[in-house]
Amino acid sequence: MSIASYNPGVTVQIEALPLPSKLHEWIVTVDHKRLGIMYIATSLLFFAVAGVEASLMRMQLAFPNGQVLPPEIFNRLFTMHGTTMVFLVGMPFFAGLANYLVPLMIGARDMAFPRLNAFGYWMFLFGGMLLYFSYIAGEGLAGHGTAPDVGWFAYAPLTERAFSRGTSTDYWILSIIVAGIGTTASAINVIATIFSMRCKGMTLARMPLFVWLMLVVSAMVIMALPPLTAAQAMLLLDRYLGAHFFDTQAGGSAILWQHFFWLFGHPEVYILVLPGFACASEIIPVFSRKPIFGRAAMVGATIAIGLVSVSVWAHHMFAVGMSAASNIFFVASTMLVGVPTGIKIFNWLATMYGGKIRLDTPMLFCVAFLFQFLIAGLTGIMLAAAPFNWQLTDSYFVVAHFHYTLLGGLMFTLFGAIYYWFPKATGRMLSETLGKWHFWLLVIGFHMTFDTLHFAGILGMPRRIYTYADGRGWGTLNLIASIGVIFQAAAVACLIFNIYRSLRKGAPAGNDPWDAWTLEWATTSPPPEYNFAVEPEVRSSRPLWDLKHPEDPDWKYE
Amino acid sequence: MKCLSRLAIPALALSTVAAAQELHPVGNIFNPQGTPAESVYRLSLLVIAVCAAIFLVVAGLLTFTIMRFVRRRNADDNREPAQVYGSNRIEVAWTVIPILIVVVLTMATARAVVTIQNKRVPADALHATVIGHQWWWEIRYPDLGIVTANELHVPVSSVDRPTLTFLRLESADVAHSFWVPQLSGKTDLIPNRINSMWIDPKQEGIFLGNCAEYCGMQHANMLLRVVVQSPGDFEKWAAAQKLKAASDADSARSTFLSLSCISCHTVSGTAAAGTFGPDLSHLMSRATLGSGVIPNTPENLRSWVKDPQAIKPGNLMPNMQLNSRELDQVVAYLGSLK
Repeated sequence: MSIASYNPGVTVQIEALPLPSKLHEWIVTVDHKRLGIMYIATSLLFFAVAGVEASLMRMQLAFPNGQVLPPEIFNRLFTMHGTTMVFLVGMPFFAGLANYLVPLMIGARDMAFPRLNAFGYWMFLFGGMLLYFSYIAGEGLAGHGTAPDVGWFAYAPLTERAFSRGTSTDYWILSIIVAGIGTTASAINVIATIFSMRCKGMTLARMPLFVWLMLVVSAMVIMALPPLTAAQAMLLLDRYLGAHFFDTQAGGSAILWQHFFWLFGHPEVYILVLPGFACASEIIPVFSRKPIFGRAAMVGATIAIGLVSVSVWAHHMFAVGMSAASNIFFVASTMLVGVPTGIKIFNWLATMYGGKIRLDTPMLFCVAFLFQFLIAGLTGIMLAAAPFNWQLTDSYFVVAHFHYTLLGGLMFTLFGAIYYWFPKATGRMLSETLGKWHFWLLVIGFHMTFDTLHFAGILGMPRRIYTYADGRGWGTLNLIASIGVIFQAAAVACLIFNIYRSLRKGAPAGNDPWDAWTLEWATTSPPPEYNFAVEPEVRSSRPLWDLKHPEDPDWKYE
Repeated sequence: MKCLSRLAIPALALSTVAAAQELHPVGNIFNPQGTPAESVYRLSLLVIAVCAAIFLVVAGLLTFTIMRFVRRRNADDNREPAQVYGSNRIEVAWTVIPILIVVVLTMATARAVVTIQNKRVPADALHATVIGHQWWWEIRYPDLGIVTANELHVPVSSVDRPTLTFLRLESADVAHSFWVPQLSGKTDLIPNRINSMWIDPKQEGIFLGNCAEYCGMQHANMLLRVVVQSPGDFEKWAAAQKLKAASDADSARSTFLSLSCISCHTVSGTAAAGTFGPDLSHLMSRATLGSGVIPNTPENLRSWVKDPQAIKPGNLMPNMQLNSRELDQVVAYLGSLK
């Protein structure tokens, strides 16, 4: 059975163009695959920058009374690290994956709005550059200047002009608004593409889970970003036109900012993590050799997470002095998110159960994701219990918890996704040996750093402190956490070397190296500009399974 | 910065004032010493037990599944395993069971929320107001007429004589958070808003805490001490604090009062009535300077007055550029404010 049956007789020819022409091609491109790769490459670049920022902070905190960084530099670093990871790494990486994969998976030739797609990418890039331009051009009083130093959630009234002089906070506001426009454009595009560009036979019920999750994520982006953009606009009005939304010295409300921010910020957590689920939902079935268990339940759980996630925001605010009744409401809604999330974990587990599990690098990352996300979810339940939260919030326990979610959950699936789809995008395999080094070094480093930080929080260490005195019980834990960074950095170095090496002399991938079932594997690697020469026609949620197993096709059962 | 490291290393050493009391520098939330922290601790044990059970079951199943179903190379045939698409009965089971767990945890949590948050204020409770400033704590006892900074003194609460301290939490500038882990969870101090919390420490000693909401450059050095004393010691302390500042250093006082120190600081009974910085009336009764950044010793006091920016960079007290005579006099005067 020829797998590339939707591309009869196609051979991809790469012409040797001079460098300026090549660059020009990338800059003016509206091809969803190129834009996808540009999104991913740019976000990996920002990931490296944020990693350097994190390493510097861990150096400062490795010992009590650290003298590596002065406080103003440290405060800028954690602000930039958080802002970068959320807005310039997490969101664009998956915008990139969605861009690359959604049209291929639904058998389309491009996104619905290719130019809007390019616009979205460039807005994201310029937003990111604007944020980092603050290091050069930001101005302020001594100790306040250059990069933003108000924390990634920038609580009012620290951001008002009385406390944040100069322009650094303005860079933060404007860069996020600009990047947010890009993200919104990309979300609109994904939704339009999914609703209008599906190939023949690709009903919503047959759509790959990845596409379903991207649909939900895009809807959430459109719900969650407006409160943030509105709040940013209000803050700008406060700072420049004398409005008093958050200006407490003139009767404004500090809590209002927190409500606006977390009304964005909590759905945002799921916007970041659902794409991780999306990747796991593709990788785990293929490497277990079984279809996803309970497809409908998985889709339902995703939609449930999307809906519940807009009613949990104030669990970030248990310590601000809300009434007991409001606190209990947000306890209940937050704990409720555990149910659909649990359903997902059980379904992945059931998918693996009874399969023939191949522990190749993409699957290894997904397995680690399952364990780590389980722990992140359970510490999330602990944080949802409001009184327990009064102890844990704003401590290193929270830092450890959300790094478990976003690094242990999201980043691990992100790396799994790189190993899984790199062959499709480049036509070359990544080295399994280097991949396993990457995986194990990252597992060791991750657990050294973030397991220990839970305990620092339990021993009363608040987050965002640039130094701490000796004798408070935090020294050893912080030292171990800092040593873990060395392993994590080595792991990322393995990935970078692996990509570099594979691009030059990686083994050819062929169309379908993993023996997978979704449409992107039915075209060449890398796919031609038009993706499919013939419009595919599908009859089930695993079109390639049907082709490979005509004796036992899925459509008989669906 | 060298100067800072020299000063900060013995940061937890105690001045003679508090030497009699045991220091609790590690804010272990699992070693509670007051009722609110204990309620949280008891709730946390339930939550942790449930979470641990879930972890063991799910992680156990995961481990078993991987060990059992990993593809073995020698037994490898190319046939695919049985294709199973799902089971509604199983889906219902693992939806309903988590919902039940969520209901139980929510009820237990709600009960703890109400017990801690809706505590009735007893008539004999001590009232204190804590006002967060960038980067220090103003502490007022309105009923006792005491104003101090960075050290909250409270009487110990015993079974025979339960003594609750109710805190009214305010902020003079940005958001801060009051957190002394062994006594209670944290509550934010938010400008334009009045929050409250209560503590009833059951053991004498000094409990350390930190500001727990990022509040700007010196957030890390916005340290807090709760000094828990026997009722007798507390009375003695309060009586001494109520007195007007007394100093026998007359010429030093006039130097101090001639400088701009008084724009920001108050010394009761003198012309110094600034409110931007901490009240200095009984500075020598406090164990630390700069909101806990260094111990209050004569040498440290001199270094602080000479250049506070070298010790706590970015704090809002400028280097006053005092000449050495002025410096001697100011330090002598402050040193006399017992």
